[in-house]
Amino acid sequence: MSILGTRVLRTEDPRFLTTGGVYTEDVVDERLAGACHVFFARSPVAHARIAGIDVSAALSAPGVIAAYTGADLADLPVVTPGLNKQMTRAILPADRVRYVGEPVAIVVTEQAYQGEDAIELVDVDYDVLPAVVDFADALAGKVLLYDEAGTNVAGTFGDPDALDQHLFDECEVVTSRTILNQRVAPAPMETRAAAAAWGEDGRVTAWIPSQAAQGCQGALARQLGITPQEVHIITPDVGGAFGAKFGADPEAVMVAWVARQLGRPARWTETRYENLVAMTHGRAQQQTVTIGGKRDGTVLAYRLEVVQDSGAHVRIGAVLPSLTLLMTSGPYEIPRSESVATSIVTSTTPVGAYRGAGRPEATAALERAIDLFAAEIGMDPADVRRRNLLPPFTEPHRTKFGALYDTGDYVAALDKVLAAAGYDDLRKEQAERRDRGDTVALGIGLASYVEITGMGDGEDVPPKENATVEVHPDGTATILTGTSPHGQGHATAWAMLASEELGIPVDKITLKWGDTDLVPEGGGTGGSRSLQHGGSAVLQASQELLEVARERAASELEANPADLRFDVGRSAFEVVGDPDASVPLASLAADERLLVRTVFTQPGATFPFGSHVAVVEVDTETGKVTLRRVVTVDDAGFVLNPLLAEGQRHGGIAQGAAQAFVEEVVYDADGNPLTASFADYPFLSATEVPSFELADMQTRTTYNPLGVKGIGEAGSIGATPAVQNAVIDALSHLGVRHIDMPASPQRVWRAIQAAKGNA
Amino acid sequence: MIPAPFDYVAAESATHALDLLDSYGEDAKLLAGGHSLLPMMKLRLAAPSVLIDIGRLAELTGIRAEGGELVIGAATPHAAVATSDLIRADAPLLAHSASQVGDPQIRHRGTIGGSLAHADPAADLPMALVALGGSVDLLGQAGTRNVPADDLFAGFFETSLDPGELIAAVRVPRSPGMAWGYQKFVRRANDWAIVGVAAIDGRIALANMGPTPLRARAAEQALAGGASPAEAAELAADGTEPGEDVHADRDYRRHLARVLTRRALEHRA
Amino acid sequence: MQVELTVNGQRRSDDVEPRLLLIHYLREVCGLRAANVGCDTTSCGACTVLMKGPGEEGGGTSVKSCTVLAMQANGQQVTTAEGLAADGDLHPVQAAFRQEHGLQCGFCTPGMVMAAVGLLSENPDPTEAEVREGLEGNFCRCTGYHNIVRAVLAAAEAERTGASA
Repeated sequence: MSILGTRVLRTEDPRFLTTGGVYTEDVVDERLAGACHVFFARSPVAHARIAGIDVSAALSAPGVIAAYTGADLADLPVVTPGLNKQMTRAILPADRVRYVGEPVAIVVTEQAYQGEDAIELVDVDYDVLPAVVDFADALAGKVLLYDEAGTNVAGTFGDPDALDQHLFDECEVVTSRTILNQRVAPAPMETRAAAAAWGEDGRVTAWIPSQAAQGCQGALARQLGITPQEVHIITPDVGGAFGAKFGADPEAVMVAWVARQLGRPARWTETRYENLVAMTHGRAQQQTVTIGGKRDGTVLAYRLEVVQDSGAHVRIGAVLPSLTLLMTSGPYEIPRSESVATSIVTSTTPVGAYRGAGRPEATAALERAIDLFAAEIGMDPADVRRRNLLPPFTEPHRTKFGALYDTGDYVAALDKVLAAAGYDDLRKEQAERRDRGDTVALGIGLASYVEITGMGDGEDVPPKENATVEVHPDGTATILTGTSPHGQGHATAWAMLASEELGIPVDKITLKWGDTDLVPEGGGTGGSRSLQHGGSAVLQASQELLEVARERAASELEANPADLRFDVGRSAFEVVGDPDASVPLASLAADERLLVRTVFTQPGATFPFGSHVAVVEVDTETGKVTLRRVVTVDDAGFVLNPLLAEGQRHGGIAQGAAQAFVEEVVYDADGNPLTASFADYPFLSATEVPSFELADMQTRTTYNPLGVKGIGEAGSIGATPAVQNAVIDALSHLGVRHIDMPASPQRVWRAIQAAKGNA
Repeated sequence: MIPAPFDYVAAESATHALDLLDSYGEDAKLLAGGHSLLPMMKLRLAAPSVLIDIGRLAELTGIRAEGGELVIGAATPHAAVATSDLIRADAPLLAHSASQVGDPQIRHRGTIGGSLAHADPAADLPMALVALGGSVDLLGQAGTRNVPADDLFAGFFETSLDPGELIAAVRVPRSPGMAWGYQKFVRRANDWAIVGVAAIDGRIALANMGPTPLRARAAEQALAGGASPAEAAELAADGTEPGEDVHADRDYRRHLARVLTRRALEHRA
Repeated sequence: MQVELTVNGQRRSDDVEPRLLLIHYLREVCGLRAANVGCDTTSCGACTVLMKGPGEEGGGTSVKSCTVLAMQANGQQVTTAEGLAADGDLHPVQAAFRQEHGLQCGFCTPGMVMAAVGLLSENPDPTEAEVREGLEGNFCRCTGYHNIVRAVLAAAEAERTGASA
């Protein structure tokens, strides 16, 4: 009986449920004995020159060991972004701050409780400059964040001058709108943290909650001006990441620097305030969508123009539009489509990757456009989608934007989710409520999507991952992986794969990851890559290990390797036709270690797809939205462990829905963050979402032996536009055509008033 | 996240607490459940140098009937108020209000007296007390004085307590079977009200429509004059100057006040 | 100052500064690091433990230990996630969380479990809506709450029928 495809409970759980995970702040290690505590004084203004910093009062506070400013760290290399070499920045700014929350000074204390007292005493003299918060202001460039750059434009993608003025010439109907894909906070439950200790060998050991230890190692080394070999990253348990725990944030670099400076281990954990203003934000695109076609529902042309708010620094967020553009046309067959993007800097928190990282933005724009078009021609949005989705394909399909979709059946996904949702009955109920004049309106929203997972490092670089599998004489096994789980359950899933091949029980298999001395290479966990790359590598390593073991077994049994078969049930090699002539796999490790390291290479990225239906109620008197149902098809190929896959879908759907109607980061005109606590940032709670309804569909990829694509981000890609479309659909009979996200009560109410002409 | 340093002393009785307040002066604050005060101190929006803990004084907790009133010890947690059979029978609006404060953990610690003393205009209990026409017993060195809810809230997070006074008990009229309504409009569970309305016996109280909980007097008068709930509710926001924040601007708040008042007058909770 | 309380059945007496929060007392002084700090505003519930006063019945009520001073726990009995399981067996709520995949990264989990234990002690037969409301003080970013709700309902069912989850 194959274990693959079954609901195996997580082997990780007993520990997490009883003694709890060991996150970076929990780590107890002799190398960190006597560690000092690092704190950051942060800018309270969005944009200013630093006229002076006086740390003398802080230095006299109880327990303060040291205090540092940007001048003290002047030897560290300046960070030069690849996208724009003029928009350089220091790890700790000496001259200028560009967002509220940017670190301006370091204070180091003996005890954790002394830090907040001390940083209050750091006295900074700011020459306040005008903030740049608005997209239009940033583009206008009257106030520049980086003088050397001469502009607030960090980079462009595609060529605005190459846009086709005649793209929509043949369309009977054209509609265009500028919409907002608003800034949100990843807000994992574990905030950022770091601990560092320098050894006598001159190497630094750093405990950092990361999604990719090997990338973190490189980033930390680069920013400290040392070689990666001098950096040892250990990844403790990580309390969620969602794209925002890649690389090495400036604070982590400074913790390592302090430890070296003081010759003493150092540690840091940020508060939630710091997390909400200084961990990278997500999304933050302004999008102009133009869509046109025929009255019979055929879409003929689509244009997407993106302005990406990168925040104050050019980081991952600034380049994510390239992924948005890559997925411009989504799952549809649109004869003529084009897209461009511009990344700008503003005096706000830097923007990074957040669950979906550029792809949810593409789907959200396209799905809004499809609904706008449907409303314009008065056609059911499901029918418009069905009419325009790419027909099913078995040969990879290349889009004009350079994406090569591996396998897909988008119409089947749509039909499946409509059936699961009872779409016709929902439309009937909606009509009945409208006839009765109910003040609580019912809305049904759709989204069809395709997304890219498991990308390689660059164009035409096939993605890969390594795994080492070792069988021990006592019958246990250890797997080393280049992935970096932080809730995804790899310890269980990779054990399932090895168990399937080797016949060793799942609970006798241990997974190790995230320690760069143990696993020097790896791509980490993000972009929904882990199972397809990392899992495939585990499978491959297990199979290769059996081949090594076969040779040893043959020698032991004095038989021809070809005459042996491996009995998975007994985890033993036996001579074909003579089961008593057998040798257990584990015993073949007795004299010499039995392990294989392999690298799995995949031909390219894979493209999971799906369709979501969201059902909302809108109280038209107050604008309050209640999410009643979310029904989804998320097809990521073969499902290795349905328990884990469903969990990923649930989490993604919740985050996607949260963006549509609950969460937003808000700044005032001076660049002050107004949502910098969990009391103010409307973080989704259990009462805002229902239980979700997941339908099963598995269209395998041909790109790896398991037939798996990535599932981690799919839920968030589909749910956001489905919920947004549902809210607008609820109010379409009142003349509402669009509401920007989030559909907060006030925003919804204002849209209703505007449609009534009572703006 | 961490409060500034302070000294702590556990009061042995209410009068001991008063003596301590006297001797420590302005820089001392009373601590009951701590779920209004400690969050402020953790954000360093408040930094008293001494905390006087009255949270475990038996004389300040408990729920009893006294003639036509229910008397609730100031240090009684919201959870106890919410689940009290006596309060649910005789003053269900109060029990419901207490059940809406924050979340279960907060309700296990936060107290009715603490919430009233904190005087957050967006909070549940101040609005409820005003709607019920309740009062508080204030204990000072000179003895006890009773202050009606309408006179308790002096300004934004400010009560009319004299320095050196503490809230000893809360009184509400017993009104078993009387219809009531309660509307707390939030964006997300666990939030303070964007706008709140409590209505009972011709009294209408509003939360987060001004620096203190307010009576919607124009609406009350219309009601008393025979107007229907819908008609009276149209006047709910009259005379108010609500604040603006990320959730709601002035116009939207006024609109909510009208809608929620109508619903409260229709006895919806 | 001296604080005396019982933690997971063990009596303790420690010298603490007045502003020491109960969460940090549990984590740093007692070495019980399952409960976590997740926010600054008493919002997220990752720090939830059970606390019971002298003379109080039952296992205690759920409290956010980030908003309780260690000194306020003087004379009280505190139970953390580490103290739930008996003799290495998972508490029914813990077992249900495992069975239903109610945890992913695990950071919110000890607080969520303690809140669930508290919820079920006050309402042993909750509806789904009551579970969601009962957990409104506990944030999770990973699970979307779906399986957490299933876990609590399963634990309630198991405790009612006497079956194990």
